[in-house]
Amino acid sequence: MLKIFILKMLSIKDLYVSIDGMEILKGINLEVKPGEIHAIMGPNGSGKSTLANVLAGKEEYEVTHGEVTYMGKNLLEMAPEDRAKEGLFLSFQYPVEIPGVPMVNFLKTAVNEHRKYHNEKELTAGEFLKFMREKMDLVEMRSQLTNRSVNEGFSGGEKKKNEIFQMALLEPKLAILDETDSGLDIDALKTVAHGVNALRKPENATIVVTHYQRLLEYIVPDVVHVLYKGKIVKSAGKELALQLEEKGYDWIKQENEN
Amino acid sequence: MTDQDKILAEVTQNEYKYGFFSDIDTDIIDRGLNEEVVRTISKKKNEPDFMLEFRLGAFRKWQKMKMPNWAYLKVPPIDFQDISYYAAPKKKELKSMDEVDPELLDTFNKLGIPLEEQKHLAGVAVDAVLDSVSVKTTFKEVLAEQGIIFCSFSEALQEHPDLVRKYIGQAVPVADNFFAALNSAVFSDGSFCYIPKGVRCPMELSTYFRINAANTGQFERTLIVADDDSYVSYLEGCTAPMRDENQLHAAVVEIIALDRAEVKYSTVQNWYPGDKNGKGGIYNFVTKRGICRGVSSKISWTQVETGSAITWKYPSCILIGNNSVGEFNSVAVTNNHQQADTGSKMIHIGKNTKSTIVSKGISAGKSENSYRGLVKVLPGAINSRNFSQCDSLLLNDTCGAHTFPYIEVGNKSSIVEHEATTSKIGEDQIFYCNQRGIDTEKAIGMIVNGYAKEVLNKLPMEFAVEAQKLLQISLEGSVG
Repeated sequence: MLKIFILKMLSIKDLYVSIDGMEILKGINLEVKPGEIHAIMGPNGSGKSTLANVLAGKEEYEVTHGEVTYMGKNLLEMAPEDRAKEGLFLSFQYPVEIPGVPMVNFLKTAVNEHRKYHNEKELTAGEFLKFMREKMDLVEMRSQLTNRSVNEGFSGGEKKKNEIFQMALLEPKLAILDETDSGLDIDALKTVAHGVNALRKPENATIVVTHYQRLLEYIVPDVVHVLYKGKIVKSAGKELALQLEEKGYDWIKQENEN
Repeated sequence: MTDQDKILAEVTQNEYKYGFFSDIDTDIIDRGLNEEVVRTISKKKNEPDFMLEFRLGAFRKWQKMKMPNWAYLKVPPIDFQDISYYAAPKKKELKSMDEVDPELLDTFNKLGIPLEEQKHLAGVAVDAVLDSVSVKTTFKEVLAEQGIIFCSFSEALQEHPDLVRKYIGQAVPVADNFFAALNSAVFSDGSFCYIPKGVRCPMELSTYFRINAANTGQFERTLIVADDDSYVSYLEGCTAPMRDENQLHAAVVEIIALDRAEVKYSTVQNWYPGDKNGKGGIYNFVTKRGICRGVSSKISWTQVETGSAITWKYPSCILIGNNSVGEFNSVAVTNNHQQADTGSKMIHIGKNTKSTIVSKGISAGKSENSYRGLVKVLPGAINSRNFSQCDSLLLNDTCGAHTFPYIEVGNKSSIVEHEATTSKIGEDQIFYCNQRGIDTEKAIGMIVNGYAKEVLNKLPMEFAVEAQKLLQISLEGSVG
């Protein structure tokens, strides 16, 4: 008998989201299967980051309509920390600083919260340090950084690397990279992309939210969606990214204004 | 939390209400305060004459004083004639741990307090053949070998009256303030500590290790004298929620540091803060002051304050000796309806004196948290320096944080710096932690501990670990 699993990892149906009474997302539909990389592109203010944050469970966004299923569960009913522990990871566009909390402690707590959730033994300090060192090489994370407070005194590039480093430690099923390329020079961009690609597994999926096509040269998407005014107005293969680069977003704007 | 609050309220308030009168066996004198009461206290304790004179002097001055009202506190009227000033504070002893409120035990376990200590704190009769007893005895022997005196105040008055007489009232004169005068007149007991010349005290001195240290009552008095070239680190209090049936606390702590002596004084205060609606709780009016009398001497105060309904407390340093150093490091947490008006005074008198103030206020619930500080540099205190940093962290929109800094500089060669920040705990920070799998309560604990780290780092290690857990516990349920 052949068993075929067409498991949808993430399924977004007709999602409407408001913030402070202003409607940002106006009927999003999206399906992501394991192994896939989806890119979400669009001009500024189209709702890209809103989508990323809603999926991660940020409070101030109000879902007014629609549903989101993640690994067979109603994602919108889950607490943000449970979403994280179920394998949903958000690489933040602007990672926040937490003064006085050493990176190492933060990461150890995060990793052990995940392990507890999955009934695995918590790592001791020694075990964690060993685990951490393995992952550090992946994004060329300098060891001084892990001794600093969370994101404090990190350069823009270091913050973004730090996000991917955390992704490496937490081994998510679905990673959402929110403008991970912004503020990166070409070398840092390559390092980050290398990290993302190295972490890729057939059972995992990635959503890359980006304004530019640049990152997609290194992280090659299966599908590219264009988000405009809170709706996905176009979906196609990776060539769409190149088209956008060439024609600019005005092309999309014109098509949709008429 | 509610259950714990309730039980704590029961334990504290009920006993306050009934305990004083129902225990006929206890040595109690009638409520009220007059000269006769002061004489009786002194007599019952078999004190030397100078002590009685000291008490009477204080009492006469106290009679002419008024309760201070300049602090940013709403203090309900206190009837000082409605208190019994001599009652060996008897607690209802529970027979076994089964009688202790499970919520309280849960808190103990969260703090990682050993079982025997839990019994001690919860008021369970502790078996006399405890390990800890022999531990205490060993400590005493080690200290005695070095000539260190560490005993109860009553004992010191019997055994070392000349030392007490020489130093008492030096840092906190009897009429220094209303509460100090009251304490000077009626203080029940406390601790006395003397470190001889050239001795570095080999261990952290803690009241916990002193036999009969607990239950010293509401008017506690501590006197620490560090002779030339000596060093001592002194720990006050304990991080567990203390049962305490006294509502008004007016303690005095005096520290005298002679030439090149160093005294570190650390406090973790976690008395009953009252319930969620602001009912009950301890009123804590404390006068703590150190005199750096000798050249190059140093006194540092480190405090973590999470308890009490009202806190009125300004650990201070008077820097008389040239090149002497004063430090104040504080974390004050207020939640629900707690009020704290706390800070420090640094009085620079000697040349090249230095002081540092680091104050971290954390407010939650409907609490009010104020920093009040005075930095005074006298004309003769040339080349003196002070650095003050006062940070406030707000956990919601219903609490308050206030800063009242007073600065007086009497010469041109001194430098005084003051920095202050007020911030609200970042929802973005909490969300960031959530997104990494850390729940909100843990996240707040982590963020708050990070914020207070500078001060927590000044605490002795074991104390710091407990203080961290305590910060987290006191803020449980304060956000969201």
